[in-house]
Amino acid sequence: MKLLEVDDLHVTVDGQKILNGLSLTIEAGEVHALMGPNGSGKSTLANVLAGRPGYQITSGTIHFKGEQLKDLKVEERAHLGLFMAFQYPVEIPGVSNMEFMKAALDAQAAAREEEPLSAIEFMKAVRKIAEELDLNPDFLKRGVNEGFSGGEKKRNEILQLLLLQPTLAVLDETDSGLDIDAIQTVSAGVNRFRNTDNGLLLITHYQRLLDYIVPDVVHVLANGRIVRSGDKGLALTLEEKGYAWLSTS
Amino acid sequence: MSNPFVENLVDREYDAGFVTDIESETLPPGLDESVVRFISAKKDEPAWLTDWRLEAYRGWLEMTPPKWAHVHFSPIDFSAISYFSAPKSQADGPRSLDEVDPEILRTYEKLGIPLHEQEFLAGVVKNTSSDPASDLTGSEARPLVAVDAVFDSVSIATTFKDKLAEAGVVFCPISEAVQTHPELVRKYLGSVVPRKDNFYAALNSAVYSDGSFVYIPQGVRCPMELSTYFRINAQNTGQFERTLIIAEAGSYVSYLEGCTAPMRDENQLHAAVVELIALDDAEIKYSTVQNWYPGDKNGKGGIYNFVTKRGACIGVRSKISWTQVETGSAITWKYPSVILRGDHSVGEFYSVALTNNYQQADTGTKMIHIGKNTRSTIIAKGISAGRSNSTYRGLVRTSPTAIGARNYTQCDSLLIGSNCGAHTFPYIESKNASAIIEHEATTSKVSDDQLFLCQQRGIDPEKAVGMIVNGFCKEVFRKLPMEFAVEASKLLEVSLEGAVG
Repeated sequence: MKLLEVDDLHVTVDGQKILNGLSLTIEAGEVHALMGPNGSGKSTLANVLAGRPGYQITSGTIHFKGEQLKDLKVEERAHLGLFMAFQYPVEIPGVSNMEFMKAALDAQAAAREEEPLSAIEFMKAVRKIAEELDLNPDFLKRGVNEGFSGGEKKRNEILQLLLLQPTLAVLDETDSGLDIDAIQTVSAGVNRFRNTDNGLLLITHYQRLLDYIVPDVVHVLANGRIVRSGDKGLALTLEEKGYAWLSTS
Repeated sequence: MSNPFVENLVDREYDAGFVTDIESETLPPGLDESVVRFISAKKDEPAWLTDWRLEAYRGWLEMTPPKWAHVHFSPIDFSAISYFSAPKSQADGPRSLDEVDPEILRTYEKLGIPLHEQEFLAGVVKNTSSDPASDLTGSEARPLVAVDAVFDSVSIATTFKDKLAEAGVVFCPISEAVQTHPELVRKYLGSVVPRKDNFYAALNSAVYSDGSFVYIPQGVRCPMELSTYFRINAQNTGQFERTLIIAEAGSYVSYLEGCTAPMRDENQLHAAVVELIALDDAEIKYSTVQNWYPGDKNGKGGIYNFVTKRGACIGVRSKISWTQVETGSAITWKYPSVILRGDHSVGEFYSVALTNNYQQADTGTKMIHIGKNTRSTIIAKGISAGRSNSTYRGLVRTSPTAIGARNYTQCDSLLIGSNCGAHTFPYIESKNASAIIEHEATTSKVSDDQLFLCQQRGIDPEKAVGMIVNGFCKEVFRKLPMEFAVEASKLLEVSLEGAVG
């Protein structure tokens, strides 16, 4: 089943063209890695998918689970099962992590007309995931990302991923700023998330992450378009030869 | 890049905006000595009190309205206000609950204020019990709350009087206390806020009509929360209530006040005076949830809430704590203050002031350190949305006698959208080298990134703003009595309705 279909997408930000005819299809059960030099438009794609204001789609279409994404509000995309792990998770002082995650879960359950988790079920679920991610339970009581280290913020994103169980997760440079131990913990979490019904789009600069989360397809983005796709071997070649190799080969 | 959700303002709902249709005895507009005499006679007051009022009135005539606040409004025509209005059925003075006009009882029922003694305080916002978040905080059995209900110019009912009397606590309308405890009223009335303290306090002293009186005897811990609920109903009427709370040595009391008014196109004046007196080792905790009608989204109508609130820590180790959640009124202009006279006495001020649409608030506190080793804490949170303006103004003064005095002040402002303003005016006057005064201030915005994160997780923007604002206020809400804290947080969400589109 096709989860995501991006067709000939053109996007401008503040009048500047960032994406120029990007096409990408992700099937259920697949992990795609999106690589590319700085400024190639990787994060723009993530933000456009999630619906962040300020990104103008000038032409092209995005379908998620068969629905035109353009017509949906940010939260409606989330209710449909689209998740984005942020490159720079923002702090919300005074709102505890627990309160925030319960509100998110409840909002999604309500939108899908499902029964919300009880407070006790919720606590159990969160504690279990926190433990798997090597997060001190204390941090659940702290403000959302408030005073978290870079690594804690990223692990907190993965905690939300595992709790919300979306259909498609877009991870925007989740590995940046993580030490090798943290990358392993985070990757283990992401691998636990993977199953045959959901999909992953990993945006990363480095091949290193792909040693732990093995992708089915690797894409290279340059100047707002996918210029090459291949299996995980492509990532290794890039690591060795750099992006310049693409323009010469 | 601005978030489109923050730009649009729509109507906000004001739950308490209805009018009660009852017959009232209302004085014609205008103020002169005969009005002062009329009010005093109506309350059957002793000659000293009539003279006290007249003296205040004459002082008021000499005074001019202060202009220094960061608020803007057309001059008030004091001759167009009626200074006394009472439901006709109450004209013969206080009665038992059974005799209160059923129309008035229904008003309080509608507002969620229980005047039947077996009920609990629901308060200023309705339907708080079904709060889905409460299963996270856990629900506890709610303590009983005694209520004094003030409708326009008179107190119409006070509950649990008998139970309080067993403990020796006096909780009654101040007009009644003048009759039953004249010596206490005479000793303390005007002792903290002198008659000519300021323009509005002088006006209040001349024409105040009712309010609550609390007396906690030595060593008594008041067995329940005391609460006064103020309701303005009549048109073109000012409400001038007077509250006097006296805590004798070693006593403790927690007191709450709530306020609402109908939606009217004209501005109405509310000029109250509250005086607190704490003797040795006594503690008074005074909480306010103010939800006067704020005016419509274009800034038409609403209450002018110009109030003088001051406490005196007379005794050693005494403590006065003000907690206020100010969401209503077209203009809020008040500075609940503490005079720290007793050695080792403690003053606290915790405030949340939220303004939306065209509301204005200039609020803060004064901590006057006189005694040795006196301590004060000020935590003020201002939230501005729409085209509103919120100002914190605070004075910390340590006099030469206040050896070892300490103050900590923290002022945080939160802006929602880009058409509102937040201002901070801290005044520090230290005449004592041993005093330690700390001041911290921050201004932040509900950022587009915060909203986007919440929405990406499935939370709609309105709920997200409510959550972010509640988080911002958490430190202050923690200081409110449990049953008010839940309510205050709800009230904040209601008041923010329409702050995001």
